[in-house]
Amino acid sequence: MSRSREHPAARCGARSGGRRGYIAAGAVVAAVILVLLRFPARMDAAGATAWSYVIQMATILPPVMVLVGLFDVFLAEDKVAKYVGKASGIRGIIISVAAGALPSGPLYVAFPLVAALLKKGASVCNAIIMLSAWACIKLPQELLELHFLGARFMLTRLALTIACVVPMGLVVGWLVEWGDGRGIPSAR
Amino acid sequence: MSETAIIVNLLALGGLALAWRKDSSKARAALRAGWKAFSEVLPAFIIVVALISLIMPFLRPGDISRFIGTEAGFSGTLLVAAAGALVYIPSIVAFPLAATLLDRGASVQSVAAFISTLTMIGVVTLPLEIKELGRRMALWRNVLSAVAALAIAVALGALL
Repeated sequence: MSRSREHPAARCGARSGGRRGYIAAGAVVAAVILVLLRFPARMDAAGATAWSYVIQMATILPPVMVLVGLFDVFLAEDKVAKYVGKASGIRGIIISVAAGALPSGPLYVAFPLVAALLKKGASVCNAIIMLSAWACIKLPQELLELHFLGARFMLTRLALTIACVVPMGLVVGWLVEWGDGRGIPSAR
Repeated sequence: MSETAIIVNLLALGGLALAWRKDSSKARAALRAGWKAFSEVLPAFIIVVALISLIMPFLRPGDISRFIGTEAGFSGTLLVAAAGALVYIPSIVAFPLAATLLDRGASVQSVAAFISTLTMIGVVTLPLEIKELGRRMALWRNVLSAVAALAIAVALGALL
């Protein structure tokens, strides 16, 4: 981040990004209520749907967010980077899956981190596996999947995802490193 | 409160207690980070709940199963897979939506495809991904993720 953005006004600007989200949410809620006012017969069903969501989320979202915060603070990213950067082979794959599953935050947070790992010498294969694990088998996310879709669905999808992600990493690694010419010597 | 909710709450409380004993200032920082993540996801959650509450009462019982249920077959799955790749909603918010769809007659295959493309493929974030990882790696990752998502969905539909 550049220096000029550390101005107090800029900090307020960064915060208003969150405020924009709330303004948008308020606008959508207002629009939904306006539409529903024209269909009074649907009001009860709409209210019941909204209420059941709010109740479900109120019991599950706060603890998940506490876990997200704990991961965020107690799991230093450079430590994750160190272990995956040094890893190779099957051990590297296992570490990549585990490392991807532990941190929190949306996928776009992972892009710069994985880019840093690649520069430190991590293989493309492990980078892809970690990205995929980050995307779809993060621990807090799995807990929500368990809550809403049940153990059978969650466990089966988890197993299938791991089974798909590892070959995917190998294939992308092969495609990228072949294309860059780096992979050609080992292919001879 | 469901069993999972109880377990997750106990897990969070236990983790927090451990963290507090280890380093209370770091534990406080963790709570702040959690609160920040919560307040960031809350608007998206409100929007999704409002839209679902608006749409659901207007859908007749057979509508969802006709479009993305078992009778819609693979084309229904492709439809939601594409939707999952295009839209950007936090997965935390997507799971209750998926549960509702499943409840109202969407097929397991379709719901699995939706979750997998939603989490693995990011059309919106693709420019950022290309910038960080290079075009070749980013494009191949997204293309193969689409293939993997559909394979996972078909297998899950067959297994459950």
